[in-house]
Amino acid sequence: MKIEAQDVHVYYGLDHTLKGVSLSVKKNTVTALIGPSGCGKSTFLRCMNRMNDLIDNCQVKGNILIDGVDINSPSVNTNELRKAVGMVFQKPNPFPKSIFENVAYGLRVNGISNKEYINDKVEWSLKQAALWDEVKDKLKKSALALSGGQQQRLCIARALAVEPSILLMDEPASALDPISTSKIEELIYNLKASYTIMIVTHNMQQASRTSDKTAFFYMGELVEYDDTRTLFTNPKKERTQNYITGRFG
Amino acid sequence: MKRSEKFIEAFLFACSLLTILTTVGIISVLLFETARFFQVVPIWDFLTDTEWSPSFAKDQQHFGILPLLAGTFLTTFIAMCVAVPLGITIAVYLSEYATSRVRNIVKPVLEILASIPTIVYGYFALAFVTPFIQSLFPSLELSNFNALAPGIIMGIMILPLVSSLSEDALYAVPRALREGSYAMGATKFQTAFKVIIPAALSGIAVSIILALSRAVGETMIVAIAAGNKPTLTFNPLNQVQTATTYIVQTVNGDVANDSIEYKTIYAVGMSLFVITLLLNNISFWLKKRYQQVYK
Amino acid sequence: MAKKLGKRMRQKHVRKNKWYEFQDKSYKFIALFATGIGILVLCVLLYDVFSDGFGRINMEFFQDSSSRRASKAGIYAALGGTLWIMGLTTLIAFPIGIGAGIYLEEYNSKSRMSNILEINISNLAGIPSIIYGLLGLEIFSRTLMLGDTAITGALTLSLLILPIIIVSTREALKTVPYNLREASLALGATKWQTIWYQILPASIPGIVTGAILAISRAIGETAPLIVIGAATYITSVPTWPTESFTVLPIQIFYWIGKPQHDFQVNAAAAIIILLAITFIMNGAAVYLRYRWQKKIKW
Repeated sequence: MKIEAQDVHVYYGLDHTLKGVSLSVKKNTVTALIGPSGCGKSTFLRCMNRMNDLIDNCQVKGNILIDGVDINSPSVNTNELRKAVGMVFQKPNPFPKSIFENVAYGLRVNGISNKEYINDKVEWSLKQAALWDEVKDKLKKSALALSGGQQQRLCIARALAVEPSILLMDEPASALDPISTSKIEELIYNLKASYTIMIVTHNMQQASRTSDKTAFFYMGELVEYDDTRTLFTNPKKERTQNYITGRFG
Repeated sequence: MKRSEKFIEAFLFACSLLTILTTVGIISVLLFETARFFQVVPIWDFLTDTEWSPSFAKDQQHFGILPLLAGTFLTTFIAMCVAVPLGITIAVYLSEYATSRVRNIVKPVLEILASIPTIVYGYFALAFVTPFIQSLFPSLELSNFNALAPGIIMGIMILPLVSSLSEDALYAVPRALREGSYAMGATKFQTAFKVIIPAALSGIAVSIILALSRAVGETMIVAIAAGNKPTLTFNPLNQVQTATTYIVQTVNGDVANDSIEYKTIYAVGMSLFVITLLLNNISFWLKKRYQQVYK
Repeated sequence: MAKKLGKRMRQKHVRKNKWYEFQDKSYKFIALFATGIGILVLCVLLYDVFSDGFGRINMEFFQDSSSRRASKAGIYAALGGTLWIMGLTTLIAFPIGIGAGIYLEEYNSKSRMSNILEINISNLAGIPSIIYGLLGLEIFSRTLMLGDTAITGALTLSLLILPIIIVSTREALKTVPYNLREASLALGATKWQTIWYQILPASIPGIVTGAILAISRAIGETAPLIVIGAATYITSVPTWPTESFTVLPIQIFYWIGKPQHDFQVNAAAAIIILLAITFIMNGAAVYLRYRWQKKIKW
């Protein structure tokens, strides 16, 4: 197992946002996290690279093992963890720098200064993110001049540059138009070969198109977790049934 | 509309018109007296003569503003050397590192510094800081009036201006950029200096320019502790006279309405006004530009 | 390409990252140190002033006025003058400043005129106070022939603090939600009725907070009053605004300029009084703002 979450609880101050979630993810698969707003799916995703540490009064309990290492143990360095577990956010958030520097950023903060290596790596990452052909002639241009979909793929390239083995995506296509969305979905499918991907989405079709497994969250609990096809065609719980057929949420 | 409503609106409008009148008043007073000054002293002499001695006998009078500007520049420069590095360091700390509890304590305490009347700072620079530096470095030959002590204290006075305006600028950088950087394993330091500060640069520049303008126009600290001798020097250990100090020194004596000295204070005031107006407008323009970036 | 977390943790290129962490931690120390310098200077300043002047404060110090002998000198006239200036400035600057703030925020918030006014006000706020002194000297003191009187001082300081009051009034008005205005107007209230009965009561603590801070700034001002020619040697409190006056900061400036040590002690003692007034006013403003923010949650 690549990721094993055991009985994960998250508290924001007095709010108990995640109530004992356990879930295992195999290597090189795509796992979709679905559920209504505020159900804890994003919170769970943010546990994977300990982004919740950045929130003042947030407490995480329970074990999360990645490659057998408990990432919440004090010996784990969060910066190292975050390099191994990349993340793509809901809204594209490129830095106000050039396209090249955006992708090179992760390498530079890692202390890599070899020019050739950085050039190669930037090209490689942009190719992985299926953006290279569109931007290869304007690498020195500001990233903010790209379209929303391109910005999001740039953010994916940026995350890939530091060679993570896991990629977390927090509703990566929710701010994009349908064409850009389909490009991202295609990309997710292609990246599966080399990365373990966890994706939060509001879009049921997207979950069924892109993922191998789907987890349905409701009110901070993991209601159902199964192969995507099974969960969408033959859900075991009534609540899941109601949600995927659009009766609430 | 009722008549009383109209009357009230007219009154309120008159109130805001008063601010325009103030500006018009300041500019016309300065222009009028400065024009009278330039009837006596050629503008070229004013801008290039390296001596300033309006109070001397007629044949020895010099009206070169350079020594006063040098004094102003020197004290301001020292103040900025203190306020900018300290202020930005504090701003980054408060916005990126400190918990909200620490921020809520430190910010108001620093703002006390901005509320202290400047005359108090002047006393402190003269009665404490200068003797303190003298006893610490006896070989320095620091004169009792000097540019160094008031410069440093002026830096402390404008510190909250730099730190709190810069912090506002840093804080306004979208949270998504921070998360993007942290998610790639960057430390807080790397995030702050490689992403957040570049993104907030124009806001930080605004804070620095406003502080600069404040230091240029500051009067009492330098009037008390920097001395009254107009000298074209950049040695911080020496006594200097700033533009503002000259005005204070001159009005403190008795000046007749028509004397050349009365006109000089307006010419010097005009120079001050032009410099600060320029700085303020640069900062205003920068602010408008960067407000458009994040919205 | 992808590496396992466990492997990565064991890798030795982590050495560089150690340096980055060290950098991160040391910055924290440097920043704490920088913050400490600001606070330390504040403490030393307060300590210095108190140790110099506290012993000099007694009843006579409040009852005596200017004198050629330091031990006979006190702040009676200066304190009285400061109170005069405080009162007059409040009377002049409050209504005008708040009025202008209301006009800019409620009546005329998007026109070209308001844009000009806004730029103008932010420029006024940046003009050195001593320039206001030059304005007061020429216009109030000489042209209007008010001379070096309390009313000249109060008018000059009023112009100086107007931008502060206007800006803080606008900020306070901005916090009142738009739907309150709509609700009142929808009930048939006129614009002014809406402002007077709804908006002002909701924002008055914020307005007063800003105004107190502005007055506190005016009390500490020295330079413009020196320029308009406020007297340094005066032995009585003015009985009317058209009389000569002195204020605490000018008294302090005068004493600092004297060579005798005893006058320096007087200066320090007067500074304590000035600081006390400033801090009390600022404290009141901060307290008011705190109460206000706590009470109103839109």
